[in-house]
Amino acid sequence: MAKEHKRPDGRKLNELRKMIAKVGIIPNADGSAMFAFGDTVAIAAVYGPRQLHPQHMRNSSTGILRCNYDLLSFSVYDRKRPGPSRRSQEISRVTEWALLPAIDLSQFPNTVVDVQIYILQADAGTRTAGINAASMALAHAGIPMKDLICSVALGKNDQTLITDLTKEEEDYKEGEGATDFAIAKLANNDEFSLMQMDGKIQPEKVKEVLEMANEACKTIYEAQKKALKEVVENPQGGTEA
Amino acid sequence: MRNEINEAHEAVEELSYSSEAKRKIVVPGEVIVEGDDYLPGEGTRREGSKIVASKFGLAEEAGRVVKLIPIFGAFVPRRNNVIIGRVTDITYAGWLVDIDSAADAFLPIEESPRFINRNEMDQYLAVGDVISAKIWTVKGKGIDLTLKGKGLGKLEDGFIFRIIPSRVPRVIGREGSMVNLIKERTGCQITVGQNGWIWIKGPNTDSEIKARKAVEFVADKVHVNGLTEKMEAWFEGSE
Repeated sequence: MAKEHKRPDGRKLNELRKMIAKVGIIPNADGSAMFAFGDTVAIAAVYGPRQLHPQHMRNSSTGILRCNYDLLSFSVYDRKRPGPSRRSQEISRVTEWALLPAIDLSQFPNTVVDVQIYILQADAGTRTAGINAASMALAHAGIPMKDLICSVALGKNDQTLITDLTKEEEDYKEGEGATDFAIAKLANNDEFSLMQMDGKIQPEKVKEVLEMANEACKTIYEAQKKALKEVVENPQGGTEA
Repeated sequence: MRNEINEAHEAVEELSYSSEAKRKIVVPGEVIVEGDDYLPGEGTRREGSKIVASKFGLAEEAGRVVKLIPIFGAFVPRRNNVIIGRVTDITYAGWLVDIDSAADAFLPIEESPRFINRNEMDQYLAVGDVISAKIWTVKGKGIDLTLKGKGLGKLEDGFIFRIIPSRVPRVIGREGSMVNLIKERTGCQITVGQNGWIWIKGPNTDSEIKARKAVEFVADKVHVNGLTEKMEAWFEGSE
């Protein structure tokens, strides 16, 4: 067996970075939230249900969800050219699919719920932070939901499974290198709504990854729940802090 | 005029805010109560023997029924809602009204309380005018309004502002108790639209501002019981 794996920031293998969750940060939006995993900071704003243009996208039996994910140009070390990219379009779509199983828009036919997700600061795991923020923002907007969505990136450095990778860990080069495994799931359910993998992994390890995801999602769920309850008890705290 | 506006509230469907009932904040997917005896009400659903929240809001147990009072969210138009809207366009058959909901509302010319010549529609209601109206029908295509009813019509002078639509029942209070208290204490005319728009007109600017602050105070304190008493105390304190 290889020598014990040490994480660069001294975390335990299954330890998440410090999380910050806040609801009601954008007064003009119908719902909004911020979620941070350490140095990864995502904000999400929800608008709607509102009238959908172009008309041909309307669905007369249910409302639709439209997500837009983007990195702000100052969120990464080399300035990101603003505007949609192949990567941001893919993540927007994947986020939409991750959120859809939890929400129910059948009460709002012909409408759209717009979710805007922006990454203020990127240090790996941006899509998962974005999904967490979006899920809180949707709840805050009063959208009927089955459950909250919790999302986390697991991964592997050489042979060791770790939770919530940083950019440094994502660039690990030794042995088998780094594996990135982004997961989203319904909080009170065993349904997974997002699973993406990049790198090498052994089939028997996938099960272990899912168990770690379950564990991590419980912690994330508590943070989300706490933030949502706080905004009711202290409505000024979120918007004016 | 003042009394007419009062009656517009009373026609409004109200949620009961019983002060004894147990209430707690729940997030979607959270178990509210467990037990086969309970019945899931609005905003909740049954999962096995559990009653689970389907929205973010305040869960309330009223006897066996568990319901959820939303505290955030956009306005969902219902028939007979009294709303406040702004005229955005004039067509040959009526007015288009922005009522801050997903669908635009239409006010047909026949639904005005008196006869209006089609060539002189803008003299009755021009683009940008604010009206209080009642929702007549909600169909797939859109919403139809009517101005036939007490207290409905064009709102002149005063100002409008917006609160979160789900807080409207709170602002109105039981049988209009809260809004009547604010009217009494400030001497303002107030019309509360179910879409969260509120129109205030008072004898002077100071009382108008005070009325607005009072309304916002109520709208902010969603999880507080016995608000009417707190409101009275607030007025005592600010005088």
